[in-house]
Amino acid sequence: MANLKTTEKKTKAQSMGLHTEVLTGKTQQKFFNPDEAENFYYWGTYDVDFNKRIDLDVNDLDCKEANKKIDELMSQGYGTIVIKNPQGKHSLGVGILNKLNLIFEGSLGYFGVGSIDGPTVRINGRVGWSCAENMMAGKVVIEKNAGSCFGAAVRGGDLICKGSVGARTGIDQKGGTIIVGGDAGAFTGFMMQRGRIIILGNVGINLGDSMYDGTIYVGGKIGSFGSDAIESPMTKSDIDWIKRKLKVAEIGENFDVSKMTKVVAGKKLWNYDALEPTEKKGAI
Amino acid sequence: MPKKKNKKAKKEIKGQLGKKKETAREKMIGQTIGYRYDVNLLPDYSRITPFLKKYIEAMGWDDLNWLEDVHMGYEEDRPAVFDRNANGWVTIPKKIKLPNNQQDRDMIARELLVKFQMSPNHPLVDLKKAYRKF
Repeated sequence: MANLKTTEKKTKAQSMGLHTEVLTGKTQQKFFNPDEAENFYYWGTYDVDFNKRIDLDVNDLDCKEANKKIDELMSQGYGTIVIKNPQGKHSLGVGILNKLNLIFEGSLGYFGVGSIDGPTVRINGRVGWSCAENMMAGKVVIEKNAGSCFGAAVRGGDLICKGSVGARTGIDQKGGTIIVGGDAGAFTGFMMQRGRIIILGNVGINLGDSMYDGTIYVGGKIGSFGSDAIESPMTKSDIDWIKRKLKVAEIGENFDVSKMTKVVAGKKLWNYDALEPTEKKGAI
Repeated sequence: MPKKKNKKAKKEIKGQLGKKKETAREKMIGQTIGYRYDVNLLPDYSRITPFLKKYIEAMGWDDLNWLEDVHMGYEEDRPAVFDRNANGWVTIPKKIKLPNNQQDRDMIARELLVKFQMSPNHPLVDLKKAYRKF
């Protein structure tokens, strides 16, 4: 146990030995000049040109080969890649950590475009379960419907489905925006921790069940509220922001945003302020 | 008998992140808990900086995208922004004066974070060199 007599100048936390704990993210000191980086180029990514376009037919390729091919094309500077004949293959377009215009002419299977960080993706078809899971940044637009767990654990970026989505949309969401033009299933926003969901249609039962934080906007009817999900008044800031987002998403042009229902966490289940800093970092 | 001077009420420190320890919890653990700013604050696009405009254009997006979730917090009594890639806080250089409202502070935080992530000094550069497979 720490000796409190010899630690006058230390804080109580340090005296208790907390400073010896390995705190994730606090152990490194890095210095940089904020004026040095004006190039919009991340180390280790490809410098692609959006005007350089190529078609890629994946009819005879499995998902691993197709994803490798996409990477190769990016390394050659192609900034717009059109995928032909995806034929509902699973795990296509995953792990792209680059700016890119990626267009799928067809439907995707499970886990499509997961763990991406940067690309703008357009899918001219449907998607299966867990589309854009763990997405970090970028924009994904799906022209038709999506399966369950749409945008599971999304951390950032815009995920847009012009049709309807299945159950557990935005489960464990940690950031970013999910926009649905149609209806959403049960348990939408389940265990949501941060970020925003916009549903223009109806939602199923248990909306926002056990949500820690974040905001859900619903345009249609709500089946039922989940545990600790409560209604909150819409503000002008909400309305302005939703209008802007819908314009970006190219849906709901004539939708009356002011009549939407805003749902937030009641914070009875969990309160971040009561957490230790280390736990808090893990949660964000 | 001269009147006793009224003791001036302590002024609340506003706009100085991390300068004031408010909660009993913070006093007990001896450090500031950063997660008290409004993480649900929607960005005001009229306050976007020229650098962020250029960044959005370069990435081919229409809005702030993932940066909407970036806010100015503070750690160890200093303003800082959380970098999820490095899993740590990036402290704001002292020469940058922080404005009094969260919207403007958040824009500064976003700009600084993007610049840090593009810097060759970013921790991910070393990690990628050491571990990347292709």
